[in-house]
Amino acid sequence: MRGPHDVGGLPDGPVSTELHDLSFWEKQIDGLRAVIGAKGIVTTHENRRYVEGLGDDAYETLTYYERWTAALARQMIEKNILTQAEIDARVREIRERLAASGELAPEFGAQS
Amino acid sequence: MSVASVVTRNDPWTIDLAPGDLVRVRDDYPPGHIRTPVYVRGKVGRVTRCFGPFGNPELLAYRLTGPKEELYEVRFLQRDLWDDYAGPDKDTVDLDLYRHWLEKI
Amino acid sequence: MPHDHHDHDHDHEHDHAHEHAHAPPQPDDKVHSYYQMLGVALKELLVEKGVVTADEVRAAIEKRDQTTPAHGAKVVAKSWVDPLFRIKLLMNANQAVAELGFPMTTTQLVAVENDESVHHVVVCTLCSCYPRELLGLPPAWYKSRAYRARIVSEPRAVLAEFGTHLPDDVEVRVHDSTADMRYLVIPRQPAGTEGMSEVELAALITRDSMIGVSDVSAPGA
Repeated sequence: MRGPHDVGGLPDGPVSTELHDLSFWEKQIDGLRAVIGAKGIVTTHENRRYVEGLGDDAYETLTYYERWTAALARQMIEKNILTQAEIDARVREIRERLAASGELAPEFGAQS
Repeated sequence: MSVASVVTRNDPWTIDLAPGDLVRVRDDYPPGHIRTPVYVRGKVGRVTRCFGPFGNPELLAYRLTGPKEELYEVRFLQRDLWDDYAGPDKDTVDLDLYRHWLEKI
Repeated sequence: MPHDHHDHDHDHEHDHAHEHAHAPPQPDDKVHSYYQMLGVALKELLVEKGVVTADEVRAAIEKRDQTTPAHGAKVVAKSWVDPLFRIKLLMNANQAVAELGFPMTTTQLVAVENDESVHHVVVCTLCSCYPRELLGLPPAWYKSRAYRARIVSEPRAVLAEFGTHLPDDVEVRVHDSTADMRYLVIPRQPAGTEGMSEVELAALITRDSMIGVSDVSAPGA
């Protein structure tokens, strides 16, 4: 049984060395993770387990920080720190806020 | 009470692998959080360093406590890992592996 | 109050995006991903519940921004000019880098030196383990599936993609960071730089050379 993260030796294409600066939201997730880690709420080992546990699909379709975000959400729910309902409600609110300020990409446009 | 029953892996006296020893990585595929990559399982390498006892990630990933495991740097020849390795015979890969994944041979 | 706070944070995010004029991740400033909204939602909710404070998150981001490959370059440059420091770095890297003001936080550093017979290169095939205290956040390619998959089985082909061509009499040694150790490559000092100062040398030392995908070039080379 090979986890989706365990890719050493598998065939793949050329390494794209294009650099990209992290966007602010990626840095914010990184910072959030660092603070939550420093407080002992989530350990590095737990975080790895949750990222691996997102499934093959997550590795195919999500970016690195998207996987971290998804894993963090799941951990906050399982540790009873946040509820799914709270998270869903806040995402809806943020979507409305972004739509109002014209910052939502067209693929979300139908929601507004 | 035998000596073995009071000595745990946390005790440095139980170190039983030294640099130069040949080891085979367990060819097992348990579920859970495993830090031994699939590509070295079942492969033979040589111990190159002993790092001392470290927390076992298979327990830590679930916030469980248990005995620490000795951590070793193990060196594999590329040609022992891949049948069709394209480079020179001397090329190597080093991995850091916990004692419970290593069988002394 | 919470709403003021959101608005403030939102402005901050916006300003920040503009500071990085050459940041290419999005073709525009719009939000394209559900996960981006999820990330903002988690941060807001965790701040409101007092699990974290906005200042703590901001401080963590600033600390990351201030941790750059210049730290590692300073360590390597010193190891080139100070033989005793080099020995210390090879024997007890955590102590050596802490003395330069770059302490490791939770992991142990192992320094490996390139020479005429061995060339080291570092990867984490399972995730993205990286000596962040010395090199900052890893570049995208280090975390990419292609690099993680191929560097352990066809390292010479991958190194060639980085422009690094090694003769067959040099052993390529890949370090897969699978556990608590983090690896820093000490690249070879380029010929002709013997008279340069530590500061001048540090300016030559690239992040990629400390991961091991490239060598350090002399100025003008």
